Amino acid sequence: MHSKGLAPLAAATAVTITAALAMVFFYAPNDADQGFVQKIFYIHVPMAIVALCGFVAGGVFAIQHLRSGDSSWDLRSYVAIHLSIILGVGVLATGSIWARASWGHWWVWDEPVLVSFLIVFLLYCVYYPLRFSIEDPGRQARYSSVFAIAAGAFVPLNFTAVRMAESFTHPRVLSQTGGDLPGDMRLTFLVSLLGVALLFVTLWKLELTAKHASMQLKRLRNERLRNRARVAA
Amino acid sequence: MPALPLDEAGKYVAGAYVVFVALILVYVAIIGAKIARIDRQISELVASEDDE
Amino acid sequence: MIAAARTILGKDLRIELRTKESVPAMVLFSITVYVLFHFGLDRDSLDGALAAGVLWVTLLLAAVIGVSRLFAAERDQGGIDGLLLSPVDRTALFVAKAAALFVFLTVAEVVAVPAFGLLLLGPGLGGAFPELLAVLALGNLGVAAVGALVAALAAETRAHELIVPLLLLPLLVPVLIACAQATEPLMRQDAVAEDLGRWLGLLSLYDVVFVLLSVAVFDFLLED
Repeated sequence: MHSKGLAPLAAATAVTITAALAMVFFYAPNDADQGFVQKIFYIHVPMAIVALCGFVAGGVFAIQHLRSGDSSWDLRSYVAIHLSIILGVGVLATGSIWARASWGHWWVWDEPVLVSFLIVFLLYCVYYPLRFSIEDPGRQARYSSVFAIAAGAFVPLNFTAVRMAESFTHPRVLSQTGGDLPGDMRLTFLVSLLGVALLFVTLWKLELTAKHASMQLKRLRNERLRNRARVAA
Repeated sequence: MPALPLDEAGKYVAGAYVVFVALILVYVAIIGAKIARIDRQISELVASEDDE
Repeated sequence: MIAAARTILGKDLRIELRTKESVPAMVLFSITVYVLFHFGLDRDSLDGALAAGVLWVTLLLAAVIGVSRLFAAERDQGGIDGLLLSPVDRTALFVAKAAALFVFLTVAEVVAVPAFGLLLLGPGLGGAFPELLAVLALGNLGVAAVGALVAALAAETRAHELIVPLLLLPLLVPVLIACAQATEPLMRQDAVAEDLGRWLGLLSLYDVVFVLLSVAVFDFLLED
């Protein structure tokens, strides 16, 4: 069910990411202020945007789960959040490298995307202990969905608040995140964004397929055990 | 801060992209291991089915 | 729904009045944290941004205590199962719990905020008192709504004392940002509110979003 379309999706992802990498290193010009280091921006910001969208998508799937009671929505929500957390580790790592290369410190507080991302990441890390400390599967799914919805609504609110705060302490001299990019940089950025987004969807489908297969397998084995017990009795 | 010279900057940029690629590879490896395990369990199931 | 909410709220307030567990703990905790900050920062008096930050971080940490104990009565007397089985309207339950938390926070702040003024605040609280009250009111509303939601989410987990602070504090960062930024100019020598509108606006947005969200979602919690 989920594996339909996986192969062409994976192919499209590979093509787009290769194209993006080529553009980053051969097409986009070096930034006037930051030089070569600015190239990190083409991987860091798309990962951040896709991860944040992944969190919000997790919330949307959770709403569907609560409305329909169908647990496949909960699975979709879980995988989206799970993948976004993994991407989140990458965002924080690449953001830190960028900060170190650009400003000499391994962390800076004046990039609102990075700072608000740290807060969101800390929040979503609690998803796992919350989820796995509830034993009843129905309840576990429902409570996880409630969390996903609240956290998903929190993401834009948090970003707004952090941005408002940072604009006071650190006036935004660096509007790197998409706003006023020259044409060829913007194109490169968009292709990178598309590549990471496709990657996310591909990995999401891949993990859903794997989880589904494992659930089917478990069901089959339980059925066999039951049949055996019945025959033996 | 003035931009870093190319050789120094290159290390940081390479580091960032390596992080990205490493994450993907680790993730795919984990999923691959999971699928391998499922495959193995399926063949076990089929084998014990044949035994009966 | 209002009647049910009022009943539950009344019960919670009466229990708190009798056992006096949450609010005194929150007050004591706040004052202790002020002492910690005195030694940690090695300062006798604070003003401006530092004062606002210390006050609000302390209040939020005290709120964690209040949230942790919000369903304590039900849990201790095995009442959580009773709550699960009862046909009580979940919206009423949310309103009651959030209102209870709001009351606990307000009462605690009646002591904790003047205590801050006494112990650590340089310029004194008199300066822009009504503005401070507005910030406290809207901030408490946000904390109450989110706190009730988090308390319910954590109510049935095995590790609820760990989950509550880990969930609550990141969720309250926007509240902290807005309240601290709004309070900062009020804690200077010449206390005059700056940009109060924009921070109160952020707080109001946050409050509206989380009250509506919690009301919508509470039906799926604490049910069997």
